[in-house]
Amino acid sequence: MTRFFQTLKTAPYTAWFGMAVILLVAIIAILAPVIAPYGETAVVGEQYEPWSSQFLLGTDNLGRDMFSRLIYGTRNTVGLALLTTAIAFTVGSLLGIVAAVVGGMTDRLLSRIIDVIMAIPSLILALMLLTIVGASIASMVLVIALIYVAPVFRLARASAQSVVVMDYIQAARLRGEGLGWLVVREVLPNIASTLVAEFGLRFCFVFLFIAALSFLGLGIQPPTADWGSMLKENATLISFGDITPLLPAAAIAVLTVSINFVVDWMLHRSSGLKD
Amino acid sequence: MGRIWILVGERLALGVITLLVVSALIFVGVELLPGDLAQEILGQSATPETVAAFRHELGLDQPAIQRYFHWLLGAVQGDFGTSLANNRPISELLSVRLGNTLFLAAFAATVSIPLALTLGILAALYRNSIFDRLCNVVALIWVSLPEFFVAYVLILFLAVRVALFPSLSNIDPGMPFGELVYRSFLPALTLVLVVMAHMMRMTRAAIINVLASPYIEMARLKGMSRLRVILYHALPNALAPIINVVALNLAYLVVGVVVVEVVFVYPGLGQLFVDAVTHRDVMVVQSVGLLFAAAYILLNLIADVLSIVTNPRLMGERR
Repeated sequence: MTRFFQTLKTAPYTAWFGMAVILLVAIIAILAPVIAPYGETAVVGEQYEPWSSQFLLGTDNLGRDMFSRLIYGTRNTVGLALLTTAIAFTVGSLLGIVAAVVGGMTDRLLSRIIDVIMAIPSLILALMLLTIVGASIASMVLVIALIYVAPVFRLARASAQSVVVMDYIQAARLRGEGLGWLVVREVLPNIASTLVAEFGLRFCFVFLFIAALSFLGLGIQPPTADWGSMLKENATLISFGDITPLLPAAAIAVLTVSINFVVDWMLHRSSGLKD
Repeated sequence: MGRIWILVGERLALGVITLLVVSALIFVGVELLPGDLAQEILGQSATPETVAAFRHELGLDQPAIQRYFHWLLGAVQGDFGTSLANNRPISELLSVRLGNTLFLAAFAATVSIPLALTLGILAALYRNSIFDRLCNVVALIWVSLPEFFVAYVLILFLAVRVALFPSLSNIDPGMPFGELVYRSFLPALTLVLVVMAHMMRMTRAAIINVLASPYIEMARLKGMSRLRVILYHALPNALAPIINVVALNLAYLVVGVVVVEVVFVYPGLGQLFVDAVTHRDVMVVQSVGLLFAAAYILLNLIADVLSIVTNPRLMGERR
């Protein structure tokens, strides 16, 4: 524990800033109903009211409180991004490790399928899949998770391959351990640190992806508050020189920048320790 | 025939196969659509005879394999079938918009690539100086910004607060070149800002990586200036990763245009694609998706081939 705090002390300002923002966002997301002055979808005033003491950031195109929606949006956007990334990581890393452990035809087949997914630009693939399954929150989460299984699979497979050749894996195989044991108890703990660093990076991509899809009107559907669609709904205000619609986009930007700062520091530290 | 051309040939063949698999996947995806396409378009009230006639018109009564090859052959020759939404031939919709999108991507590329390479080389040259650190932090922030945020900030400051450029890019291929550049300036600038940071960071990293090699130390011991060392010794060896990153970013431009075109209401492929997805016009989605995927695969292919061809170690074997 003391070592943990000592490491924290050496963190640069950018990483400190990043960690503070992530903590703040987490608190806001968890306590959303307590902090928000109005309900998520409650119409409380006229449309496009200016900033005032009653409506801190004014109201949106339907007369809902911008500040409250921004807070609920934290929960929805960040929560869904976490869920999606978690699904992609569970499926991707398990498949990747299985491919490395089993090898042979299974490995080749899985790798070729993943190659095809990676060959199509992700946004285009997502939009095409959404045309087929229709736009809804569940289909969006599954489609994005499917797309991000590919890079996670590649990373997990590559890292697992260097573990699979170790003697203790050989020993476990000779003991007659099953596939499940090999994957979860022998390989996974040894590549977990690589996967964790990747998680932060992928979370950023997924988060931006969800925001972009919602912005295009094909992700999180109204009336659910979400940062991407809030920008879309209120974009007309920008042509009057009002910055309010940019706030949700700024929130997206600040959170991704913060995560990148922290990940950058972690990568720098792990590469610095090696040499 | 050197090994290099065999490698290039292998990559080309792999690219063609990937494209075929992707096109088949796109086709099968649309096949999986729940319900009958003809029934869906005509509505529930259509009589079985009209549905059958329409199916025949669309060619839906033929086996799937036959339709796939028919579609693919048509697509190769520039015939993508007709749009379900307005019954116009898709190739007619595509040709103008494809030109517009290519213009925008080319515009962004011609500005961003030289700028990013220069900044990356300078950052590597003045490593760990204030300039380098500033570039690094700004690039890191910039990489994490969503395109639509950059786009709207530019609209707010360069189109609304100070009316320098139009916020909506209504362009028409018949316009004079200067007018085209003026009208598509903001979307192009957005794309430049989005792709530049990544290219700059990778250029810097690739050069610094090479700078650690013994032959660089040798060159420096000969008394060469730092700039000469970087330009004549480091850059050629760092070229492969740099070309790779440039091509990857060009491929990214192809995808990035989708969001940017929607923000600026730019009449390009991306806009068409999003509209088609919203209206579930599967024929258009299929065609535009194939075009985007083809462009993406092609650029990745070019990246691979170029990095094989420019690799100094492989070049030695060409004799």
